[in-house]
Amino acid sequence: MNTVASMNTDELRELYRELIVDHARTPRHFGALDTATHTAEGINPLCGDKLHLYLQIDTNGVINDAAFEGTGCAISLASASLMTDTIIGLHSKAAMAWFDQVTASLAGEQESIAHDKLNALQGVREFPSRVKCATLAWHALRCAINNDTTATKTE
Amino acid sequence: MSQVQASNSGAELNLRDDFPALLQEIHGHELVYLDSAASAQQPKSVIDTVARYQQHDHANVHRGVHTLSHRATEAYEGARDKLQGFINARSRSEIVLTSGTTESINLVAQSFCRPRLKPGDKVLITHLEHHSNIVPWQFVCEQTGAEMLVAPIDSRGQLELDALEQLLTDDVKMLAIGHVSNALGTINPLRKIISLARERDIPVLVDGAQAVPHMAVDVQELGCDFYAFSGHKMLGPTGTGVLFGKEALLDDMPPWQGGGDMILEVRFDGTVFNELPYKFEAGTPNIAGVIGLGAAVDYLEGISMDRIAAHEATLLDYLMQQLSAVDDLRLIGTAEHKASVQSFMLGDIHPHDLGTILDHQGIAIRTGHHCAMPVMDFFKLPGTARASLALYNSRDDVDRLCAAIRKAAAVFA
Ligand SMILES: Cc1ncc(COP(=O)(O)O)c(C=O)c1O
Repeated sequence: MNTVASMNTDELRELYRELIVDHARTPRHFGALDTATHTAEGINPLCGDKLHLYLQIDTNGVINDAAFEGTGCAISLASASLMTDTIIGLHSKAAMAWFDQVTASLAGEQESIAHDKLNALQGVREFPSRVKCATLAWHALRCAINNDTTATKTE
Repeated sequence: MSQVQASNSGAELNLRDDFPALLQEIHGHELVYLDSAASAQQPKSVIDTVARYQQHDHANVHRGVHTLSHRATEAYEGARDKLQGFINARSRSEIVLTSGTTESINLVAQSFCRPRLKPGDKVLITHLEHHSNIVPWQFVCEQTGAEMLVAPIDSRGQLELDALEQLLTDDVKMLAIGHVSNALGTINPLRKIISLARERDIPVLVDGAQAVPHMAVDVQELGCDFYAFSGHKMLGPTGTGVLFGKEALLDDMPPWQGGGDMILEVRFDGTVFNELPYKFEAGTPNIAGVIGLGAAVDYLEGISMDRIAAHEATLLDYLMQQLSAVDDLRLIGTAEHKASVQSFMLGDIHPHDLGTILDHQGIAIRTGHHCAMPVMDFFKLPGTARASLALYNSRDDVDRLCAAIRKAAAVFA
């Protein structure tokens, strides 16, 4: 990442942190999930980003597994990857609490995200045109949990 | 690609200083504006003309006896005359002022085609079209039961002429075709295609949005029936545009919208429409914008469209050559005849990430599907990065772009 530093643009380095680039390049939990109980579609028509989110939620409301498929920029892929990583094993209510934190932070309503990895998304805030890329997966999460079957759009 | 040498022969223009918006820094770097295909910057002469009009001459057109109304009308109609000369239309009646290419095409679809189309008729478009030369035809086909056909392209982004000719059957009641593709830069061989259509009495609409800013266009020489373009891509203000139509066809068409200015006489039992072109210009138009567009025509003609075309051709060759030299960069759209636009992909980096990284180095490009999703589907891409040139760009801009792309590659290395 030395070249980025030499650009002398700290914000850019903030946006394309190693963690983001890593998750974009090798997204975790990428693929379909046969055992899914809840699914949702997220579309960002401006960018052409498209993702399909799968959740397997048990009768107690715990997300036992999560996965996603789709195409998108580094920011949207990394966000989906970090999100699935975070929410597996959480109760859907706890997952929604992260939704609140991430969206509030990206909207500039709160300073940071109280989560080591998710906090990497915070740099996107300096790039208003890219915030929608970062929130796409999260809006799909909300729809999946709420069983809302209409495709979410971040545009 | 043979014209790179020609750049030393005096063909190069140096116009940057005429464009105030270009003289600024973005993220600490001098702006390099390579998104003119989306919308071009305006020269100071256009900005000043609009400001002067707003400050001194504004009133409504065509309806007052007072001095300001007279001045506004003179300037507005003067701009129409300039536009007529700019594309060499036979008469000023053939220049309908619209809000842009989109409105111009919708006007033809609804006012010319809709009354004429029957179930079983065909409208032929091409795979290269911008959404605004697709969707209006889908609407009119749905309304009339006609069918839309699409002429195919090859892997370089060129029309397959034999296939297009085969599609030009008697059932085709309109051929709607772009002059220059906004996504790929392909220049279509219009003279040949229009003559094929005319042999079969098929009317032709040309979407000239990406041609008019970059080359001399002569609608009489082309022989098309309609020609649509936008002001904001040719250094004019947004919300302005032109529909050229052959007088006999326009005469025969019903008005497109009802309102003031498009009528001669209104009674509750009927209305007499105004003469051409006012029949198609209902309501108070974008007066300041059109006057600004007239100033844009003056500016372009002051330089000469042929010199602009030569400058941009040299620069496009240079751009393609320099981009090709970047590791892992793939050019999308490599037609033999091209103008002003180059789409590309850098490795597996998503175009939006590339766009953000370039923006941080002061370089404005467009990323995405460019309102030409069928073209993206053809190349099986979600979108591309696109650098588009205008008369004010230089080799230096191309060099800055390529250096910035190499830095972007390093971010994802
Ligand atoms: C080829 C082409 N046609 C039509 C349009 C639509 O022009 P406007 O949005 O000015 O109506 C554009 C502009 O994006 C274009 O590039």
